[in-house]
Amino acid sequence: MALTAEESGRLAALLSEHVDQVTQRWVETVAASLRGRLSQVELRTQLQELHRAIVATAENGVVDLDAEHAAELRAVLAELSRGRARQGFSATETAISVFALKDVLLELLESHGGESTLRDYVAFSGLIDAMGLFTFESYVRTREGLIADQAEQLLELSTPVVKLWEGVVAVPLVGTLDSARAQVVMERLLQTLVDTGSPYAIIDITGVPAVDTQVAQHILKTVVAARLMGADCIISGIRPQIAQTIVALGIEFGDIATKASLADALRHVLRLTGVETTRRSRRGA
Amino acid sequence: MTAGVDLGQPRTQAIRSDEDVVRVRQLVRTVAVAAKLSLVDQTKLVTAASELARNTLVYGGGGAVEVTTVDNGLRRGVRILFADSGPGIADLDLALTDGYTTGGGLGLGLSGARRLVDEFDIDTGVGKGTRITVTKWAR
Amino acid sequence: MERVPILKIGDILLVSIQVDMSDQTALQLQEDLAERIVATGCHGVIIDITALDIVDSFVGRMLSTIASISKVLDAETVVVGMRPAVAITLVELGLSLNGIRTALNVERGMELVAAARADESPYDHELADESDEAETTGSP
Repeated sequence: MALTAEESGRLAALLSEHVDQVTQRWVETVAASLRGRLSQVELRTQLQELHRAIVATAENGVVDLDAEHAAELRAVLAELSRGRARQGFSATETAISVFALKDVLLELLESHGGESTLRDYVAFSGLIDAMGLFTFESYVRTREGLIADQAEQLLELSTPVVKLWEGVVAVPLVGTLDSARAQVVMERLLQTLVDTGSPYAIIDITGVPAVDTQVAQHILKTVVAARLMGADCIISGIRPQIAQTIVALGIEFGDIATKASLADALRHVLRLTGVETTRRSRRGA
Repeated sequence: MTAGVDLGQPRTQAIRSDEDVVRVRQLVRTVAVAAKLSLVDQTKLVTAASELARNTLVYGGGGAVEVTTVDNGLRRGVRILFADSGPGIADLDLALTDGYTTGGGLGLGLSGARRLVDEFDIDTGVGKGTRITVTKWAR
Repeated sequence: MERVPILKIGDILLVSIQVDMSDQTALQLQEDLAERIVATGCHGVIIDITALDIVDSFVGRMLSTIASISKVLDAETVVVGMRPAVAITLVELGLSLNGIRTALNVERGMELVAAARADESPYDHELADESDEAETTGSP
């Protein structure tokens, strides 16, 4: 939505001639919608900056949000939406900061506009719509970034790899396993095997409510990868429903060791590692 | 890396010998690191590049590779083009089958490389050479 | 062309691959190893790939071939130090490295070679007794 050169010129003139009136009305309108959750001073600074960016862009020639010389305007808009998104404002509240300019412009045009008032208003509106949409996009992108960060933090929290015994590590998996998490678990587990020099790993899925084909494949791939590295994996805590799913989906667990519980798995590994447990059980008998 | 990689600027490497395959691996690794691919994704891409570069050398009689950093607005990635003017592939489906080989290898070059990347595009025909484009996106 | 050095430590040949091998270098290593096994009469080969940041199908095949050749020459081969990213990639590639013994590091690799040798020495009573009681730590 680009303005013609004349329209840009009139927009620049209109905005810069009535700086104080514009910012004042603009701040009032936005402040009402934000219900005091942002200080007037802060809001004023933001809108003044936006005002300056619009005027500078319009003075520079044709206003087109996609154009190269509008980079500063885009940056100001993006910064505004990022700030709003971080502070927890809704998408509407963020977009209103831009759309409120329409009302202000309408008032201005009514009192100061010439013959082309209507056409100008439509053109300016188009530009503000484009700016609003851009704001919305930046807002969504920021929120997506925040969500991704949080998801990553959750992943970190929810996939501990613990050392059970000398040479034995375990990953107790709790909650739904999606493909991304399964991948993180896989990499973390394999790296721990290297770091601790543990030849045995127990993947405990007691806390996993359901397993689909993709997740089962991830677990299988982990086991095969661990084998390539010289370590053995035991899967423990397979619930009856999951066992049924695995069979129903036709997933081959092949020669992978599976045990009912983490305790069984540990006993199994200890027996495999041999000497110590053998001696103890002899003493006990 | 002192000079850094000029993102967006394609980097090329001829594939004429064994040593060139090694150079292709190193080039792809450098670009993949600069594009911030995860370690596992770097490894997958470099492995795929190694397979495809070897194919270019062994089956295509040599050729060239072009490595570019790409951006689809959401994610950054690395795109690699392997081009040769060799005999081309007559039966593509067969060539993409696990275990099928005409060169005495394991038959995992093409099919395996395809599994290691996100996008795999092949343009070939008898007598018109082979062009393979692969892309791996940062997660 | 670069050549990968082969070290002899006791009854074991240790190969630590430190360079990004060209296919020729890999084939040369295969030949060199066969010769060294015969020349030294060693019964164990440990190939350390800690430094390798990728293993493609060619190197994978080389490892399998070395394992098979050494078996014919009565030596046990263990590949050690494969990185997680490399292992994940190999699984995706579809390369299972069948017939190759693997261990996490050189130390474990040496234990594995020793255990394998112990299994095959029924005439050595002490070792035979021990291996009857304890289950071996070898991976399947």
